[in-house]
Amino acid sequence: MSCREAQELIHGYVDGELDLVRNLEMERHFRDCGDCASAHERLRSMRSAMSIPYFQAPPGLETRIRARVREASGVAKVAAPRRPFHWQWAGVAASLIIVALGTWRVASTNRPADALAQEVLASHVRAMMASHLTDVPSSDRHTVKPWFNGKLDFSPPVGDFADRGFALIGGRLDYLDNRSVAALVYQRRKHLINLFIWPAPEQPDRGVEESERQGYHLMRWTKAHMTYWAVSDLNAAELRELVGLVEGG
Amino acid sequence: MLPHLGAAYNLARWLVGSQHDAEDVVQESYLRALKFFTGFRGGNGRPWLLAIVRNTCYTWLRGNRMDAVTTELDEDMPLADTRDVNPEELLMAAARSELVQRALEQLPAEFREVVILRELEGMSYKEIAEIAGVPMGTVMSRLARARVRLQKLLSEANPAEARA
Repeated sequence: MSCREAQELIHGYVDGELDLVRNLEMERHFRDCGDCASAHERLRSMRSAMSIPYFQAPPGLETRIRARVREASGVAKVAAPRRPFHWQWAGVAASLIIVALGTWRVASTNRPADALAQEVLASHVRAMMASHLTDVPSSDRHTVKPWFNGKLDFSPPVGDFADRGFALIGGRLDYLDNRSVAALVYQRRKHLINLFIWPAPEQPDRGVEESERQGYHLMRWTKAHMTYWAVSDLNAAELRELVGLVEGG
Repeated sequence: MLPHLGAAYNLARWLVGSQHDAEDVVQESYLRALKFFTGFRGGNGRPWLLAIVRNTCYTWLRGNRMDAVTTELDEDMPLADTRDVNPEELLMAAARSELVQRALEQLPAEFREVVILRELEGMSYKEIAEIAGVPMGTVMSRLARARVRLQKLLSEANPAEARA
């Protein structure tokens, strides 16, 4: 190995990026060449001594970004009484996004049939990211159901399954498949579930179809001329349990 | 916390050079990320997001600081000789973060970013290559040139003068 080559490879060496053979060659070269050995030593000590400032994100930046994201995704335009920013959801939402960004590894096919699933998932994630989960935050289905009256041209069935471990958090208007839809939000431990409902006139009942995208589980079915989509990062078995409750109700 | 906000802001701040501009760039990056979210296929989220931040930074630099990106990169030049670097002066300066900052700011953005991603974020060459959109060999070559220049700049930095 020439010194010129070694001078560049030193960096891959200190970063642990060389393969075994190269590593051994480098070590042999350091034994044979004093100049390269001291260059290596200098580099190592500079790296361990070097104090590079890490610029911390200014306070308030996150809130501003969230507000912009909310504006940009258009969800803030729904006229509805709303409580102030739900800080308690910020953490939950962030953990979901981390899941989304961190484990997003699905060999996705681009069949058109998948487009709606992707849309549903994006809607779920957008609601988390913008921390805009509910327009009507309420665990009382007698509050949530009437809230949709006049905002939708259908009346979505609203169930509360708190006694079965799925607490109703509230409802929200969303937009999917080129129409306004109802979104109900349930919570299971730290996991949030979006249940999207919209009419499917003249469509026969269809059993539950499951799919997994980017670490999320999606379940869709059609019953009594309504289309349902449930999406969450919750495990499939528990999500199936909620689906069973919704279907049965 | 928004995912990777710390890393996104730090990278932007190092590339565009001021808090105000870095905040704008980071905001813009998250909006872009949201827009591309449905188009994201596979892989790890951090390099993906940082690649968006990086590209947003360069777009900003091209619009506002032409001088910062028109620097000719001496990527094919042989590495400078560092045998004359005094190890003690180098170490003393390296421990002083304001001197390190000033030295890093004198490097071209393409060199600075590999140092930030490698030394502050601990990213692999593969991840850095993904973010910067260059082959892994180029990552190593840029790191080599950046570190050699840092050694020169730091060993020549006069701590007394910087303190004043």
